[in-house]
Amino acid sequence: MIESHLPAIIALTFVLFSLLIPLIGIWTKKTAHPLAVLGTGLATAFSLMSFITYMNTGSIRYFFGGWEPPVGIEFVYDGLSGFILLVINSVAFLALIYARRPGHMEFKGKETAYYALAMLMMLGFNGMVLTGDLFNLYVFLEISSLSSYALISIGRKPAPFAAFRYLIIGTTGGTLYLLGVGFLYTNTGTLNIIDMSAMLPMLVDNSSVVTALILMIVGIGVKAAIFPMHGWLPDSYTYASTPSSLLIAPIGTKVAAYVLFRVMLYLFGVDLTDAVVPISYIVGVFACIGIIYGSVMAIAQTEMKRMLAYSSVSQIGYIIMGLSLANPFGFAGALLHVLNHAVMKACLFMITGNLRYKEGHSNIRLFNDSYRKKYPWTMASFSVAAISMVGLPPLAGFFSKWYLALGTIDNSNWLFLAVIIVSSLLNAVYFFRILEKVYMKNPDADAQAEPAKEIEYDDVPASMMSPMAVLAIGLFVIGFANAAIVTILLDIFPM
Amino acid sequence: MDLSIVPLLAILVSLAAVPFILLSSSKPNLREAWTVIAGLIKFGLVLTLLPGAIDGNTVELHLFDLAPGLPLALKADPFGVYFAVIASGLWIFTSFYSIGYMRGAGEKKQTRYFASFAVCLSATIGIAFSANLLTFIVFYEMLTLATYPLVIHNEKREAINAGRKYLAFTLTAGLLLVAASAIIYHYTGTIEFTPGGVFGDMELPRNTMLVVFILFLGAVGVKAGIMPIHGWLPAAMAAPTPVSALLHAVAVVKSGVFAVTRMVGFIFGTDVMAAYGLNDILIVLAGTTIILASLIAFAQDNLKRRLAYSTVGHLSYIVLGIALLTPLGMTGGIMHIAAHATMKITLFFCAGAIYVNLHRTEISNLNGIAKVMPWTMGAFAVGSMGLAGIPPINGFFSKWHLILGSFEGDMIIPALVLIVSGLLNVGYFFPILYRAYFKKGEGLEKYGEASPFMVVPIVITATLSVLFGLFPNLFFNFFDIALLVSESLFNGGTP
Repeated sequence: MIESHLPAIIALTFVLFSLLIPLIGIWTKKTAHPLAVLGTGLATAFSLMSFITYMNTGSIRYFFGGWEPPVGIEFVYDGLSGFILLVINSVAFLALIYARRPGHMEFKGKETAYYALAMLMMLGFNGMVLTGDLFNLYVFLEISSLSSYALISIGRKPAPFAAFRYLIIGTTGGTLYLLGVGFLYTNTGTLNIIDMSAMLPMLVDNSSVVTALILMIVGIGVKAAIFPMHGWLPDSYTYASTPSSLLIAPIGTKVAAYVLFRVMLYLFGVDLTDAVVPISYIVGVFACIGIIYGSVMAIAQTEMKRMLAYSSVSQIGYIIMGLSLANPFGFAGALLHVLNHAVMKACLFMITGNLRYKEGHSNIRLFNDSYRKKYPWTMASFSVAAISMVGLPPLAGFFSKWYLALGTIDNSNWLFLAVIIVSSLLNAVYFFRILEKVYMKNPDADAQAEPAKEIEYDDVPASMMSPMAVLAIGLFVIGFANAAIVTILLDIFPM
Repeated sequence: MDLSIVPLLAILVSLAAVPFILLSSSKPNLREAWTVIAGLIKFGLVLTLLPGAIDGNTVELHLFDLAPGLPLALKADPFGVYFAVIASGLWIFTSFYSIGYMRGAGEKKQTRYFASFAVCLSATIGIAFSANLLTFIVFYEMLTLATYPLVIHNEKREAINAGRKYLAFTLTAGLLLVAASAIIYHYTGTIEFTPGGVFGDMELPRNTMLVVFILFLGAVGVKAGIMPIHGWLPAAMAAPTPVSALLHAVAVVKSGVFAVTRMVGFIFGTDVMAAYGLNDILIVLAGTTIILASLIAFAQDNLKRRLAYSTVGHLSYIVLGIALLTPLGMTGGIMHIAAHATMKITLFFCAGAIYVNLHRTEISNLNGIAKVMPWTMGAFAVGSMGLAGIPPINGFFSKWHLILGSFEGDMIIPALVLIVSGLLNVGYFFPILYRAYFKKGEGLEKYGEASPFMVVPIVITATLSVLFGLFPNLFFNFFDIALLVSESLFNGGTP
């Protein structure tokens, strides 16, 4: 019986904990972090249970209070939302476990507010994924955005400015989306996605529907940081505190990308999206430019967090490219990349976090070969994540590229295929640059000037190490088990 | 087709040795013992597959799906076993030689060296036993990555630049292979290595076929050192000499020509190659490479670089033999894989022994060294004259078949190229022998022969070169296997 309520329970878990943390925080601040971990852990468990239920019985449409749409609000738990939920909640769970020590170091005393906000943000993300109602989606979008502005502003000195910039750009994006929803509502009289998708084919030639679609894509594109709407991202990720960038970077843009999947493939459908203007192709081209631009900019960075931020711009391009291909392999490749990138980016941000925790910086120029001895496990994880980002088998990153490549070939889209190849090489440039620095002596350094003191093992404590190790091992597991995952994903494809 | 776990064990045994090698880092003798034990077990396992291969049998093992419908599958067909015997057999000699060389030269980070070497061998055997392109890609990339630490071993500026060049070439090649495989999978629905090719009676537009072929050629041509994409190979001579000996004369580059054979015979198929005129491209490239590489070899004063260019030339002998698309040419090409392996490894071993013993790397400094290192230079004479094609050394035997193959296909120019190249080989090897034997050396009084760890493998590989020249079927029935493979690739004789 409980299974049918699971979609609501997942979101409500976060509501509960976002209230519980400040309430208990009145007495003691110590419980904030454990409660946040507990809340996300429960949500992850529920997501897993729901996914198993989904595999056995199919999609769940959950009507709040029993009110059926278009009157009431519904949550739609289908394969797509279930998969995304599982990814974001489990990655957030690991990120929050990791957050305790860096959080203690970077925002001591603000834990209660911080973790309450984190729960609110997760509520927003989960709500965006689950909801079957376009306006409701906007509400959750704003919940997640507002809390993420706050989370980003808790950081180093330029962080509030970066957060403010994100606020301006993000709000504009949100408003454009709302405008698009408004256009659709005036035309169809409903906000429910399933209802509306049944009505839209009758409005093919209506120019306001096309406008609405473009407005929604642009608006959500800001949140997903699709080139050229990515301007807020590098500063926000760089200056935010370690736990914030760790929480937001792997998850935030993915949820926005998920909304684009919903809108383009489910609400409009491939035929309708491209009925007037070849929108998916145009989106794909922007994704390609973003992939190349992000990689090139990443090469130019000397701050590792900033490099990873640009790399995110590039990687989100893969996901959007897969979406724009609108064929089963492109779809499966994109979704697999949502998972892979979440795992890889979380792992990489944990590694920068480790370096900041131990060394106090993550400036690539200052990296040297003592790290190999001091932080062997951190650096081993870095190698794994980097090789996966470059896309070498049998690590996870290779396989999303393989399916994306198959997708581009199915569409005879040679440009996109070339972009995938070139970008992988660019990835190799900026990751091997760091590997070289960490694993080799600086060949230009004076051999005589070697420090006399012995370098000793000094890796991070277990609470930071274990989530990172789980993610790094996860890359192997996903790589080897990808056939099973992709079989599920190919089934989910809506056409 | 029989099922067997032996191919998997043969791959895993050296991989399993890696943790032991890493853990016994502080006990060099124990560490090297693991390498030798793994080498012997691996060779033994491969040998158990040999009788079946001689009878033309194939054993298979399907592990699990790498991607839906694409299993990680191993297949020990005669050609794979042939290559595996060569690579794993020569690894044993190289292991002993490495011990002498690394200790004699006082190299640092020997643990990393031996561990990477073991991984390389796993990857090479994996390449030999891959049943489909996706499995092949996994091992091909693994080989790329595992070789990198060996190339940059001494961590000098030159080595690091060589490492970058190496990665740039090989990673690009890997990505082209991914693209080519994906396109072939799209058109044919299979990427399993099949004698006669995967295209069957399918008619593809000529241009499509040409593009796929060129992508493929770029992918396998890098490791096979086909000009103009051979540039990494001379640069990679910055690696310690045993690496150059086994990897850049046997494992890595032979994986390249092995891949060329797989491409010509097992993916495109000899009929398709001939029908679309694809082999002409290969013949022109290989012929040009043979002549140019021999000419460039003249200009090299550094012994290892001269050997490297000689390698580039001889790899193209094999490519040429395969591209002739005649049974005799194919046989000659396949035989030359083994012949060049035993001869070139001898030459590199000699170069390393000279370096460790006399600290000399330039040919102009080799005057009179035959007096102090008679065994080494004797072996060098055997290897170099064998490469020039002088009977009874095994280089003659394979070249004889190559020339016959050229006539069999009614082609004169390839035969001329081979004959001219033989003269050029004499031209660039003879001055070395002349200096060593007939010129008077200086400052050699205090030196003797190199350590037995190095001299014994040198003498054995040189002896093997002669023995295989006299008795091509000695021990391993190489000639029978080559005939068998080449027959299986042609339907009833000539194409």
